[in-house]
Amino acid sequence: MPLLPKSKKARRRLMVVAVAAPIVAAAAGLSLFAMGDAAVFFYSPSEAQTKHVPPDKLIRIGGLVQPGSVRKLADGRIEFAITDNRAVSQVSFRGDLPDLFREGQGVVTQGSFDRSGVFEAREVLAKHDEKYMPKEVADALKKSGEWNRGGTGS
Amino acid sequence: MIAELGAFALMLALALSGLQTVLSVLARIRHSAPLRGAGEGAAAGAFLAVAVAFAALMYAFVTSDFSVANVAANSHTDKPLLYKVAGVWGSHEGSMLLWCLALTGFGAAVALAGRNLPAGLKALVLATQGTLGLLFIGYTALASNPFMRLADPPVEGASLNPILQDPFLAIHPPFLYSGYVGFSVVFSFAVAALIEGRVDAAWARWVRPWTLAAWSFLTVGITLGSFWAYYELGWGGWWFWDPVENASFMPWLIGTALLHSAVVTEKRGALAGWTVFLALAAFTFSMLGAFLVRSGVLTSVHAFAVDPTRGVLLLIILGLASGSAFALFAWRAPKLAPGGLFAPVSREGALVLNNLFLAAATATVALGTLYPLIRQALTGEAISVGGPYFALTFAPLMCACLVLVPAGPLLAWKRGDLVGLAERLWAAALASLAVGIGAWLFIKPERMLAPLGLMLGGWLILGALSEVAARVRLGSAPLAEVGRRLKGLPRGSWGTTLAHMGLGVFVLGACFETAWKSESVQTLALGQSLKVAAFTLTLHDIRSVPGPNYEAERGFISVRWPGGVSEITPERRFYPAQRQTTSQVAIEPHGASDLYVVLGERREVAGKPVWLVRAYWNPWARMIFGGPLLMALGGLISLSDRRLRLAAGARAERSVGTAVPEPAE
Repeated sequence: MPLLPKSKKARRRLMVVAVAAPIVAAAAGLSLFAMGDAAVFFYSPSEAQTKHVPPDKLIRIGGLVQPGSVRKLADGRIEFAITDNRAVSQVSFRGDLPDLFREGQGVVTQGSFDRSGVFEAREVLAKHDEKYMPKEVADALKKSGEWNRGGTGS
Repeated sequence: MIAELGAFALMLALALSGLQTVLSVLARIRHSAPLRGAGEGAAAGAFLAVAVAFAALMYAFVTSDFSVANVAANSHTDKPLLYKVAGVWGSHEGSMLLWCLALTGFGAAVALAGRNLPAGLKALVLATQGTLGLLFIGYTALASNPFMRLADPPVEGASLNPILQDPFLAIHPPFLYSGYVGFSVVFSFAVAALIEGRVDAAWARWVRPWTLAAWSFLTVGITLGSFWAYYELGWGGWWFWDPVENASFMPWLIGTALLHSAVVTEKRGALAGWTVFLALAAFTFSMLGAFLVRSGVLTSVHAFAVDPTRGVLLLIILGLASGSAFALFAWRAPKLAPGGLFAPVSREGALVLNNLFLAAATATVALGTLYPLIRQALTGEAISVGGPYFALTFAPLMCACLVLVPAGPLLAWKRGDLVGLAERLWAAALASLAVGIGAWLFIKPERMLAPLGLMLGGWLILGALSEVAARVRLGSAPLAEVGRRLKGLPRGSWGTTLAHMGLGVFVLGACFETAWKSESVQTLALGQSLKVAAFTLTLHDIRSVPGPNYEAERGFISVRWPGGVSEITPERRFYPAQRQTTSQVAIEPHGASDLYVVLGERREVAGKPVWLVRAYWNPWARMIFGGPLLMALGGLISLSDRRLRLAAGARAERSVGTAVPEPAE
């Protein structure tokens, strides 16, 4: 029994499959692997509290910047609090805040909790139009029943 | 009055698009030349009508007619003229009008320029293009009309988002949209070919210039957008794998695959079904991009804030257009002529491999872009998929694809030989290996992958040059012969060479910038300095400077480096109309590298004012943007190849079976 099919056409088809399969498999495998590893979960401050996110796990936290909580330290670090009006996450960030960052407005930060429970933000995203809130923040606020701001963040 | 004229012209365009479809379909059924001519006339008329509507909206913006809702929401009397004009496409409604302008423009171009197209095919292309026009103009006129009046016009407009007030951003949508919508022509050609039941070399030859044009526009559009992000957002990054960026990148990837598979269909009559599939997919991804950006499912700087009902409408349009086209494909494609046989080691074999990689890479990008949306819709859990995902999936697939690039053009059609290939490429391979080792030994990368990236970039550039050298027989023929051959090279092949070199330039720039950039952030009082790379920056003055519609705080920073001195002036601009602040980055080019300085906000330390200053040294950053521009230039040079236009007519009657395979070129 020869292993390869006899007809030239069938052989060609087999060859195409033989070449395409590893590429497709590699793409699918890499995607699944990366999706498990590189996907970053988004939490509101109250979810972050109840789900006990382990320290050093990269996540996003979004909500409103608590008015009066922003402290700019001399060494360039900035501390502020994010709230969904039910829970508060303390955030520490080193770097320049985006132009749209304001107290009382929506913000999304990416980073991880340190051992003491302070969220070390590596990125602060407020790159949306100031007319509306980041979608995740709006959804999180709706979920926690704190959405009564007439659909705007200001 | 002018706004009403615009609204009227838009409705007229809608009617003319409908007429274009009906007349062209009738012309195809009855084989009637007068009806066909009428259909072409309707296509040209639809374009003129949209152009009138577009001009009317521009007039309303330039004259700051705030009784038009769209102008009131997006313009301001203080805004400079350029941004008043750009404001036309700065909003969702206006940009839909630009989309329609491009759509009908391409339809009119097919009607007027496609003289050597077979009559039946042309009528069907125009009918499909008319149907697309009907859908999109209908959507614009009925659901996103930019000419709505306000009963109670405000005295002053709300102005355009300040971060969008930028010359590069102002000009990039026309390029981007010409690219997106350019694929509609290819889409129409594919639908027409499926209805006619014939996809042959001649068809591929007609499709190629449109693909090239759309692809080149899209390349320029994406590059300008990326350059805008680089210097306006003030993070020094140039690609963020933001869903909206991906939305423009996916049609580009598919368009690139289409460019290459159309060559196989043209020269060898093979891959017909696949080429048609890609032609449909390219515009589908364009429409998907339009949906993602406009539906409000994403939050991004580029996204328009619009209500979800409009998103649903766009989804319906996408479903109608692509759904019916792919259904047609499923029904008719099995009847298309089967492809010829070919050997694995051959030009077409390499192009098939290129297509496989590009398609797989597109699939990973699509997954990374859409999966978070689907997951959120199903489970309510929000996740974000960012750079790390794409670095793990897209990057390795693309690298494997890029390794093959220099080999493709050097292989002969039908049967290539590996020994000959190795003879022509060993010099390039050795030289790029030396580049990689040199980078690893001498400039000490922080990331191990960087020398591999440089090696890949060198391989692409040197490989493209080796191809030219092999074609002109450099080294084996006398110099006069080499010169004669160099002159005789067709523009199409120069286009390929340039595009592949541009890719190499981009890879070099991207890898070098990523691996060797340095950054320094510090709060500076007047007179203090910071160091980044070989530069010492001293903040010596801060002054307020009034702008046309903003107040600027301008920093005067002197720059000293071993070779000289200069001064740069980054700004922070405050726009009172929106009460918003933006940073104007100061970029000082040093060769292909950039010194990139951002003036941050003012703080108080011990009663003294200090400013947060961020400085980046972005080595070879200009190559990141120069490379894609070279690629687009390559596309345009290919487009100007006379063979594309002259031969199309001559080959019109030749079908697949008799297509003579041309010698490798």
